[in-house]
Amino acid sequence: MALPPPDPQFVLRGTSAAVHTLHFSCGGPEPDIPLLFSGSENGFIHVWNLKTHRVDTALDGHGRKSICHVETMGGKDRLLSQGRDQRICLWDLAEGRTSVTDSVFTEHVGFCRCSLLKVAQGRWLMAVAARSLEEVQILELPSKTSVCTLKPEVGAKLGMPMCLKLWQLSCGSQPVLLAGYEDGSVVLWNVSMGKVLSRLTCHQEPVMSLDFDSEKAKGISGSSEKVLSIWSLNEQQNLQVYKTHELVNAGISDITIRPDKKIVATAGWDHRIRIFGWKKLKPLAVLDYHTATVHCVSFSDHSNPRDRLLAAGSKDQRISVWSIYAQT
Amino acid sequence: VCFIPGGLDCSISFVSHVLGKVCVHGRQKEILGVLVPRLTNLTKSDCIWRRICWRLVECVPDRWMEAVVLGFVQKAPGADVLSRLLGNLVVKNKKAQFVVTQKILLLQYGHTTAVLQNLLGYLSLDGLRRTLLHKVLQELLETWSSSSAVKHSSAEQQLYISKAILLCLSHLKEPEIESCRQDLLTSMMEGMKCHLDSNLPQLRRLGMVVAESISLKINTEGPVLKFEYEEDDETRELKSLLVQTPSFCVVPSLPDDDRSEKAGAALPLVPESDEKCRTAAPVMPDEESDAELDSDDDLIPYDMSEDKELKIKAPVYIRDCIEVLSGSRSEDVDKWEATVKALESLVRKNPAATREVSVELAKILLHLEEKTCIEGFVELRQRAQVAVLTTDPIPVAKYLTSQFYSLNYSLRQRMDILDVLVLAAQELSCPKFHGKIKHSGAQKPCIQLLPGSDSSKDWRRIVDERIKSKTRRFDMGQPRVELASRPNEFNCVAGYFFFPLIQHFDRPLTTFDLLGEDHLVLGRLVHTLAILMYLAVNTVAVTAMGKALLEFVWALRFHTDSYVRQGLLSCISSLLLSVPMEQILADMTEELLETQSWLGDVMEKDPDGDCRRLALQNLLLMENLKKKLEAVPS
Repeated sequence: MALPPPDPQFVLRGTSAAVHTLHFSCGGPEPDIPLLFSGSENGFIHVWNLKTHRVDTALDGHGRKSICHVETMGGKDRLLSQGRDQRICLWDLAEGRTSVTDSVFTEHVGFCRCSLLKVAQGRWLMAVAARSLEEVQILELPSKTSVCTLKPEVGAKLGMPMCLKLWQLSCGSQPVLLAGYEDGSVVLWNVSMGKVLSRLTCHQEPVMSLDFDSEKAKGISGSSEKVLSIWSLNEQQNLQVYKTHELVNAGISDITIRPDKKIVATAGWDHRIRIFGWKKLKPLAVLDYHTATVHCVSFSDHSNPRDRLLAAGSKDQRISVWSIYAQT
Repeated sequence: VCFIPGGLDCSISFVSHVLGKVCVHGRQKEILGVLVPRLTNLTKSDCIWRRICWRLVECVPDRWMEAVVLGFVQKAPGADVLSRLLGNLVVKNKKAQFVVTQKILLLQYGHTTAVLQNLLGYLSLDGLRRTLLHKVLQELLETWSSSSAVKHSSAEQQLYISKAILLCLSHLKEPEIESCRQDLLTSMMEGMKCHLDSNLPQLRRLGMVVAESISLKINTEGPVLKFEYEEDDETRELKSLLVQTPSFCVVPSLPDDDRSEKAGAALPLVPESDEKCRTAAPVMPDEESDAELDSDDDLIPYDMSEDKELKIKAPVYIRDCIEVLSGSRSEDVDKWEATVKALESLVRKNPAATREVSVELAKILLHLEEKTCIEGFVELRQRAQVAVLTTDPIPVAKYLTSQFYSLNYSLRQRMDILDVLVLAAQELSCPKFHGKIKHSGAQKPCIQLLPGSDSSKDWRRIVDERIKSKTRRFDMGQPRVELASRPNEFNCVAGYFFFPLIQHFDRPLTTFDLLGEDHLVLGRLVHTLAILMYLAVNTVAVTAMGKALLEFVWALRFHTDSYVRQGLLSCISSLLLSVPMEQILADMTEELLETQSWLGDVMEKDPDGDCRRLALQNLLLMENLKKKLEAVPS
């Protein structure tokens, strides 16, 4: 007899706008407070205190334009935020400061979230959609120098890049980029040479979100249709479709794999969060709390497995936080 | 008939005379049936025989030349044979030239496609004759693109000319097309305009096929004109003519499947996935991962039975529907969609509530535009309108008929009003029909032409069947199943539907002139009135309606558009079927006699085949009704 799905552990209210992006920062040792960063449509980044469930700070750096991505860079004191004012801001939040230390003007007017990858101590690579419609630019941070521009060949007709994921197999190896495009294909790019390694058409509609498990060389992508596509990367660096899963309702905004690679969470347009087992994509739970499209899901990085949380931000302006499958 | 072979110099003018005389007396088939095969064989390789043959036809006196040439053209099994037999007769002989280039092509239209192929192929096979081919093409195009020709000539003649044009095009070579490209383009544009303006779908299709073919020929690279229309045998046959058939083939080649498929799609198909992309079959999971399976089973799924498809609830009350549709909260498009889909059934289930807001609802529906892409939006809207109209006929009919003649409505909206009135009238008068009639309101994208009178074709069939049932009553042996009778709900409201429509037809508005450019709407209006008349059988207002209709028909009887005339004749049929004959004879005797003489006129002289047929049916109907009346002892 299956249990009914759990209720959220708590719900954060107070953003007064649709929530587009979430990021946990709970890895610090005690007495550090676990934090949740959220970016909203009204241009504010809220820093939530997960002990008091209240907003500690509200950051306003994007001219009230919607925030599409927030991510910490090595600790909760440095934050990167991407907004629809075509800027990426780097924040210094140490010791209660809330200042923008640097910003990158991307000239990108779309919704593609940037992707960060730490390549060395204090050095990151960032993949961001560029000004020209089909291109992705790789920048090095904090120097903001351009490493290369990934331009699809003429006639490829990929459309806009919709989602990006930079990764490397192990520290020191070649960084690679997985990009999902408007035409429904996922492309694997070799960043240093700027070449396409493999291209896989796995959707009929634009790829809305993707995530990749570099250990198992398996990735998952969702689009505006009813199908989730799981693909794998073989030794020749070729992408192949591994499996597809059909959903009850169409539309996925976000997919994320838990850091322990056991479960995957998807944020759906049908207001529901779905949890699957990562190994065989076995459906595990459907969390039905929100009353509007769920825009983002994020897993926490707690060092103690039992404290692990899942957060989901929705158009109904609430952030639901769940504790699910935390015992494994 | 046998000829003396050898090098004898003989005069065959005597034979030509005989041939000519026989042909002119109408015996072409017999004599040429023997002559042509023999000559075909003889002239196959022998030059002398060819010269003899040419001499033979050249010596035929002018007064008999036409019959001979016509006979040869009809009898020859192919263009090359014709070429061998006739040689350059058309160049040398003026009469033959006239027959071939003018008479057969432009003045007659009863010949088969094979004859056309022979003729035009013959013209194309020799350099001297090719100039004639160009001249012919020019003249054909002139006729094709002249609007008066399109309006006044019959459909058969237009088909014939179109075939001839396509055959000429198929024979033209590249350099020749280059030289007359500009003229081709001009004629194509002109002709396309006249053809698309016509109300008859067959003519429109003809125009589209020919224009497409011309465009194909003159734009060998680059985008080609493509229309979207329904393929049928006629269009397929026409398109097959454009392909050069080998000269020994007489029968038109089988429809070229590639072409008809290509022409059917107006937009190029989206290319399937690139060859470079991989869409390999899913990789089966490895067998070795058995050991890993266990750890996955640790995660116990929760109950997911609540996970169903998300359904947006439509409003349950009519007033809520009105609020959603009138766009006060425009962001909620899901709700709008759900409302549009649910509206018809809501209206039918809540007649009392609908009656309170009927005119407002009708207004909203008339102006409702497609906000999101719903399948079958036009049909949904129409059904909702019909539901509203049948629930509260009088006020809504008053509203709709007044709007028909108001400013600032599109033609599409006005025709929608007519369609809705007809469907509602149909439903009110025979409720059992509801649901059986197909709605053909779906509009297609791309070059959009107003859909033809499909609904009136169904009605024409029904009316025709009624006429048939009345004119051949003595034939019907089987007993008819008695249909359950219900009171005709259309009775009380027929007048409200009918009279306002007929009132203002001659008053032009700034944007709407029934008697002028908007003859398509006039045609539809006339057909609508015919149907309303037909449905008003056994109602109280039928006599008054009949009288008004007769006056209306009389005013418009000489309209130039054949679609309008067909409508007028259907009006007469409906009138004769619906108004009891006693009433007609009592009130409208003079008009009836005048109508009868007009019908006789139409039957003999009208260029359109359908009009003639309808006029004949009307006359027969009149006769039968009169007889029936006289047979009944009063």
